[in-house]
Amino acid sequence: MILHTVNKSPFDTVAFESCLEHCKSGSSLLLIEDGIYAGLKNAKFSDIITNAMKDINVYILEPDLNARGVQDQLLDGIKKVDYAGFVDLSVEHDKVQAWL
Amino acid sequence: MSEEMYDEDEYEGTIKKLMYVNRKAPYGTIYALESLEVVLIGAAFDQDVSLVFMDDGVYQLKKGQDTKATEMKNFSPTYRALEMYDVEKLFVSKKSMSDRGLTEDDLIVPVEMLDASQMADLMEEQDVILTF
Repeated sequence: MILHTVNKSPFDTVAFESCLEHCKSGSSLLLIEDGIYAGLKNAKFSDIITNAMKDINVYILEPDLNARGVQDQLLDGIKKVDYAGFVDLSVEHDKVQAWL
Repeated sequence: MSEEMYDEDEYEGTIKKLMYVNRKAPYGTIYALESLEVVLIGAAFDQDVSLVFMDDGVYQLKKGQDTKATEMKNFSPTYRALEMYDVEKLFVSKKSMSDRGLTEDDLIVPVEMLDASQMADLMEEQDVILTF
């Protein structure tokens, strides 16, 4: 299974949506840098990611979430990881697909 | 050099309407910080400055930014200091806020919320617009 990473805001590029279209059931998505804005409540992309979470595991890099001040808006069901957790996810998966 | 060309009084009287448009999220790119630095440097000149935050730019003003674990500088408190530099006209796009589930209470500084047509009118009034 693939670990997908998205580092761009979903409002800014189509990387997030394109990534979701290519996520197979059971694969994982890690939101990092400006990609964390895709994991928030009450926002334009909340429904899209909530729906995707039925089939894929979604993680978010906590330092990037906190830096941007949106930690209170994090969607339920998204798992927070730190830098060590990022490394663990990279090792646990066969490969990493970075949607730059 | 003639006196006419460098009439100091006349120069100081030239106040332009200057708008900075901020459209990028903080930290992911350098645009937000660079814009803030330009605004602060520009504040040394007596100009009629307006700051606009739209699209992901509204995230620059989000309360509660904590950059410690990323080892980046949290520059968000600087927006609160803009007042001291006579930069007091801050405008935010209503739609950009609602698309992101944000309200005025989520922002670290008082702002005026504008819809797109009001924003367009404000842009039309300016002499210079710089976008980051």
